[in-house]
Amino acid sequence: MANMRLTKNEMPEQDPVLRAGNFDEVALGYTPEMAIDEAKRCLNCKNPACRTGCPVAVRIPEFIAKVAEGEFEAAYDIITSTNSLPAVCGRVCPQEKQCESKCVRGLKGESVGIGRLERFVADWHMAEQAKLEKVEVEVPASNGHRIAVVGSGPAGLTCAGDLRKMGYDVTIFEALHKSGGVLVYGIPQFRLPKEIVAKEIDNLKAMGVKIVNNAIIGKSETVDELFEDGFEAVFIGSGAGLPQFLHIPGENLLGVYTANELLTRVNLMKAYRDDYDTPIKHFHRVAVVGAGNVAMDAARVAKRLGAEHVYICYRRGRDELPARLEEVATSCPPVSKRSSMPRPRASSSTCSITRPASSRARTASSPALSCCARSWASPTRRAAALPSPCRAASGSWTWTPSSSPSAPAPTP
Amino acid sequence: MYKVVTKRFLNDAKTICLFEIEAPLAARHAQAGQFVIFRLDEQGERVPVSVADWDREKGTVSVMVQAAGRTTKMLHTVEQGDYISDFVGPLGRATEMEGLKKVCVVGGGVGCAIAYPIAKEMHKRGIEVTFIGGFRSADIVILKDELKEASDKLIMCTDDGTYGEKGFTTVFLKQEIEANIAEGKPQFDRVIAIGPDIMMKFLADVTRPYGISTIISLDPIMVDGTGMCGGCRVIVGGETKFACVDGPDFDAHQVDFDSLLKRAAFYKDEQDRAAQHICKMTGGKRNG
Repeated sequence: MANMRLTKNEMPEQDPVLRAGNFDEVALGYTPEMAIDEAKRCLNCKNPACRTGCPVAVRIPEFIAKVAEGEFEAAYDIITSTNSLPAVCGRVCPQEKQCESKCVRGLKGESVGIGRLERFVADWHMAEQAKLEKVEVEVPASNGHRIAVVGSGPAGLTCAGDLRKMGYDVTIFEALHKSGGVLVYGIPQFRLPKEIVAKEIDNLKAMGVKIVNNAIIGKSETVDELFEDGFEAVFIGSGAGLPQFLHIPGENLLGVYTANELLTRVNLMKAYRDDYDTPIKHFHRVAVVGAGNVAMDAARVAKRLGAEHVYICYRRGRDELPARLEEVATSCPPVSKRSSMPRPRASSSTCSITRPASSRARTASSPALSCCARSWASPTRRAAALPSPCRAASGSWTWTPSSSPSAPAPTP
Repeated sequence: MYKVVTKRFLNDAKTICLFEIEAPLAARHAQAGQFVIFRLDEQGERVPVSVADWDREKGTVSVMVQAAGRTTKMLHTVEQGDYISDFVGPLGRATEMEGLKKVCVVGGGVGCAIAYPIAKEMHKRGIEVTFIGGFRSADIVILKDELKEASDKLIMCTDDGTYGEKGFTTVFLKQEIEANIAEGKPQFDRVIAIGPDIMMKFLADVTRPYGISTIISLDPIMVDGTGMCGGCRVIVGGETKFACVDGPDFDAHQVDFDSLLKRAAFYKDEQDRAAQHICKMTGGKRNG
């Protein structure tokens, strides 16, 4: 008989007060008992809808059944037959939009915690491997065909892992000195420990995937030259995350970071640690524009760098913000104040980033942010509708390092 | 790991040092005007530095680095035969030379190290090169012989007159431009200026009234160097550009020097503090 509890087993977390001051992982992971208990909530549907929600079609009910039996290694084998990066995916996949959104248990109550179970299985496997003196890895026989993969981010790693399993001789070319792409430069340590990423990459290397770091395809070597060098196919997974600017006045003032720069300094270059050389500014009041997962990461990083106040400015309402619910939940209570609606606006001179003239400004490099409250053009379809500015006189606020914002209530 | 094949100080004061690094991938396509990024070790920062020379056969790239901050001071303690952790390139766009007939290349201090391969390449292509090299004083002058070979006319100057002419590069650039006019010679198609930001700002002011196309090479603070982080943004003609992928060469008459100078000083406090914390017991070597 399945466990008919309506809610997922809660994820144990680091204490909010403690974690705001460190970069250690927030979510601590299930114990074996919690995992088995959660796994028993799965109904093992005949037509598993969850699988259709998974981009790599992990055999979800099968692995969960093994977890329920306590056969964790068998569960690991089932997951990795279609997914090369379970420890990463279990942590940072948006499961609530993918597999878990399709789960039948989600119709009444919460879906099965598929992501949490995947993470548990991957972590359990890694812990078991660490106990062994020598790890035996099955190296697929080479079929003699060479493939180049450009970029060692999640796409490149997944592609390389799958092709290697099929027998191809795979070489990954990575521009940065560390492999992992956004997993190492973008996603913070407290959400995805870099040691976990390194272990997943080591698994691929053990399978025979070669990685060349400090190789910028297109600069160091062209795609044509890769073909000349004997590669028969090239997969380009160069990433999508280039910085977008708002095109508002003042965005090049000192103290205005792109999320990519802030996160790269902190995550890849470890600027938060005293023993690393890369510098980072430790500001007291930080405004983050946007409310996606990257914005949440930036806000949480800012808090951990010592910011007393972190504000997230978003143009829509709280219910529409695009970050994962889990991210919002873990960012919000301990980390940041949030003001929905006010948003920097490009077309108005009242909405801009400026250098405050006030002598009370903390440092010369502290900009101020002016925002403008917004109203909804179409209240019935809020998520789809673009908010339009309400009258600036009644709805704008200015945020400076020396004054607290008082965000007006959104105009209905 | 990347091997230091050659290490050689370029001046008496030992402020600027040449490092020839074994880096076949970077050597394969390196061109004048491009740069590389190096990292000393696991704790090190990523530091961009222009390529000074390369040898495609040997698979080496040479850089000339002035000891200024913590990382560059520590690099100066790396010996021939030692290894550094990372060396990646070439990055940025190569200096444009197409269609040029007569140019003036101006280098200020360590900027001469970057200007040198550009002058050399242009000279090789048959472009008439006038090179103006400016230094503070005689003890820090570099590349005396190399610059002579890479140019048709060489003017070396120092602020205090201890080597070559006495005066700033701006004075001699103006003098050359005026001489071209007075003597009825063809004017420079282009001036290429590389040196301290403030020198480039004043050189741009010199050429502006004459309408001479002027290119400067910028080295703002960078992290990845591939256009991903947006840290190296410069304002050119009112638009935000990334020095790492759109540059490092930009039109000097369009660059917003005020924001450039401010951004360059953003981490000054942190850098000064870090530079003071170089271990005296190990002579600058980490964990030495």
